[in-house]
Amino acid sequence: MKSDASKLGFYLLLAPILLWLIVLIILPHIGLFMVSISEKVGPREFETGFGNYAAFFGEPLYWRTFARTAIMSILATALTLILGFPIAYYIAKLTRGRTKTTLFLMCMIPFWVSELVRTFGWMILLRETGVISTTLQRLGLVSGPVELLYNDAAIMVGLVYTSILFMVVPLVTTLDSLDDSLIEAGYDLGGTSSSIMREIVIPHAMPGIVSGCIVVFMLSLGNYLTPILLGGKDSLWFTGMIYTQFITRFNWELGSALGFLLLALSSAIVFLGLKLSKQSLSNTMGRT
Amino acid sequence: MIPTVPRPAFAKWCYRAYVTVFFIYLALPLTVVCIFAFNNSVFPSPPWEGFTVAWFFGTEAPFIGVFHERPILRAIGTSTFVALWVSGLAVAVGTCNAFLFVRHEFKGKALLYMLMLLPLIIPGVILGISILVFSSTIANTLEDATGLWFDGLRPGLILVILGQFSFITTFATLVISARLQKFDPSLEEAALNLGATQLGAIRQITLPFLMPAILASAIVSVLMSFENFNTTLMLVGSDSPLTITMFDKLKQGSTPVLNAVSLLLIVISAVLGLFSLFFPKSKR
Amino acid sequence: MTNIESDLACRDLTKDFDGFRAVDHVSFDVPKGSFFSILGPSGCGKTTLLRMIAGFQSPSSGDLRIKGRSMIGVPPNRRPVSMVFQHLALFPTMSIGDNVGFGLRQRGVGRSEIARRVEEVLDRVGLPGVSARRTDQLSGGQKQRVAIARCMVLEPDVLLLDEPLGALDLKLREHMKVELKSLQAAFDTTFVYITHDQSEALVMSDNIAVMNQGRFEQIGAPHEVYHAPHTAFVAGFVGDANRIDARVSAVNGHFLTLTSAASTEMKVKVADNSLSVGQGVQVFLRPEAIELSKTSKSLDGDHNVSQCTVTSVLFNGANSSVIVRDAGGNMINVAMPQTGSFADLHAGDMVFTSWHPNKARCYPLARA
Repeated sequence: MKSDASKLGFYLLLAPILLWLIVLIILPHIGLFMVSISEKVGPREFETGFGNYAAFFGEPLYWRTFARTAIMSILATALTLILGFPIAYYIAKLTRGRTKTTLFLMCMIPFWVSELVRTFGWMILLRETGVISTTLQRLGLVSGPVELLYNDAAIMVGLVYTSILFMVVPLVTTLDSLDDSLIEAGYDLGGTSSSIMREIVIPHAMPGIVSGCIVVFMLSLGNYLTPILLGGKDSLWFTGMIYTQFITRFNWELGSALGFLLLALSSAIVFLGLKLSKQSLSNTMGRT
Repeated sequence: MIPTVPRPAFAKWCYRAYVTVFFIYLALPLTVVCIFAFNNSVFPSPPWEGFTVAWFFGTEAPFIGVFHERPILRAIGTSTFVALWVSGLAVAVGTCNAFLFVRHEFKGKALLYMLMLLPLIIPGVILGISILVFSSTIANTLEDATGLWFDGLRPGLILVILGQFSFITTFATLVISARLQKFDPSLEEAALNLGATQLGAIRQITLPFLMPAILASAIVSVLMSFENFNTTLMLVGSDSPLTITMFDKLKQGSTPVLNAVSLLLIVISAVLGLFSLFFPKSKR
Repeated sequence: MTNIESDLACRDLTKDFDGFRAVDHVSFDVPKGSFFSILGPSGCGKTTLLRMIAGFQSPSSGDLRIKGRSMIGVPPNRRPVSMVFQHLALFPTMSIGDNVGFGLRQRGVGRSEIARRVEEVLDRVGLPGVSARRTDQLSGGQKQRVAIARCMVLEPDVLLLDEPLGALDLKLREHMKVELKSLQAAFDTTFVYITHDQSEALVMSDNIAVMNQGRFEQIGAPHEVYHAPHTAFVAGFVGDANRIDARVSAVNGHFLTLTSAASTEMKVKVADNSLSVGQGVQVFLRPEAIELSKTSKSLDGDHNVSQCTVTSVLFNGANSSVIVRDAGGNMINVAMPQTGSFADLHAGDMVFTSWHPNKARCYPLARA
């Protein structure tokens, strides 16, 4: 540090970020953990213990929902990657100029619109009296109204829809930075489409793939709207359980424990994803 | 693969077909939402009963349009209030963070940067409950100690603003840092050399350069705040923002009023979003 | 028509892009094991031509044969050619060894065999033991050699090089010219090299094709292209030359008398004369073809002699030159003799220039 003035400037810049991170992120999470390990023994009387966690493991409904949420989220992430990658590749490598901008914007617009609106759109499409059911009846493909809402497939459609943009955007950015001549060099040296994909394109796109997957996984795991609205009351999504404990049952201790478990799961999977792909958090997330 | 490598026509055709289907999938939900905002029926579903703008301007039950529906108008006001606060705070702190991370070298910088990114990977619901639990604990402690009431720490707009701010700031920091990184420090040095003070140089040279990024992140912050649901749900008190109001209405059974609100939201977000993308470019 | 001895043969190769003809009826043969350069200014179509040979563009018409086999419709990954890209296109996500072994892996060569051949070829380009390194740990010249090794390990019939020296600094570029030439000799493979730098082409090539606006202006050995350019473009593009606009004032067999725009006279000898009196011409004269002297006496009577004023002396070591102005006001660039006898020359000095009539090249003025 050069002078007192610049030292002062440095501390002035440091203050807001520390205030933000400590007061709004770190302390609340410590608080959350403290509440999760306290058990209610009487009115306004608490005792430290892991009873709330024991309750989670003792009640099959809880941990089954937990596992179901995790598996569905992983599935949604994989599906999003598989569906989104060709689109990102198309936008990044096969279009130019104005077409590219237009396609990219068409991907962005739904992302700016509230998730509630997007989900509402799917409800209008999928429900018994909805657009798809009516169309199928018109076409004579089905005899009566079909309920397409309130099942796992509907949840999946909604999750993929809600998060595909977070996959496509980082993928387009990384694929854009892949020099065409590298692909040409691959062909020139005798590579086939699949070997070039595997050895050149995918390794290059890895940071984008990882950051896309992390964001999509997080969004799916932490989603509340889509499972409730498209999956119905019995959608069994873990965030729904946390909400119930907090708002309906007013059992904050158990709710905190469930929340902390969800946080642990998401952190573990993010960590695992970064380790497996040999990427770092700053490297993948810092670029969005 | 790429245009310069010859591919079979059939493969090309299949690829294009897939891309087309994908974009239809993308556009379909938003399109139906918009179309049914004009359906002359009390349910936002087929059959089509004819065109009407009653869901926007209607005054007679059951056709009460958005512009005469009190709860929705109030919710829009609440959302705007929250969004402006969140956006202002996030951009202010984000700008400070950008200067801190781009201009300063200090011990623990990498760690602090990692911490700054954390809100991106914490599910919104968790962010919401952790702030709820923490603020309630403080409120309880303070109330027990002083016997006064601390309503600001109970679910309500202040907590909603803080909750949204806690993760939107990360986005603002990333956008503004990216722009600051492109800034050539020798411009500032030139200003100092010409007799400007340190702060004067930043105000007259650096901040104008950052302005496009600051505006873009302000707009994106407003959009993110407007559409946020998960964090807000946990922290909301009696005044609910638009998404929460719409969610409650949707649970009770939907009417085309929701389509009308959605249509307005789609149009406004698209316009703001496009503006945030093109404004920085036109200034570059 | 196709020469069996040629590795690469093009016949009337043409490429059109929406109304713009990038390559215009180009025909040439590249003999086996030779170094062939395509030299031309940027935008002349040389990159398009090279990319057609590699298979990244398909010709609008014409034929392209490698070892006698037509390549029309053959995708790039099935062609027996390899390419060194302008920015080398080393795969940044792979080690050096994986880069070089890439082509062999595509062919399904066994793992140990790949390792052996990669080491062998890296050894041949003078980079033994680097296979485990990352591409960004190499210097510019080393990357260059890795890019060549990556192609040569596949033993291609033809190696294409797309201005690979362009990104290097001057010193390294001079060094790599010599190195490329010796690598080509060592591998005994046909090299097709495109460049806009005439010195690269002159130093390395067995044959040079000079390309302009989609056409080949001349194909020949470097000394032919330099000393006997077929067209005004070649004379102007390859090497330095003084260009003088003039008009034919008299024709006497192979000897022409020309009058420059500034009404000075000169005599020029041409090989076969198609010019007539009154026609406008361009005269090209190499700086090193002009002799300098301080007095007019010892000069040959056949020579074109004129008295000039030195306007500036450009010292550049062995390439030093003098710019002089003749009586008619033409500015002429003259190579400084290496004897040192003109070391004391200054601006404003009077000198005599002389050159033999057969040293100049003379072309009818372009209709444009």
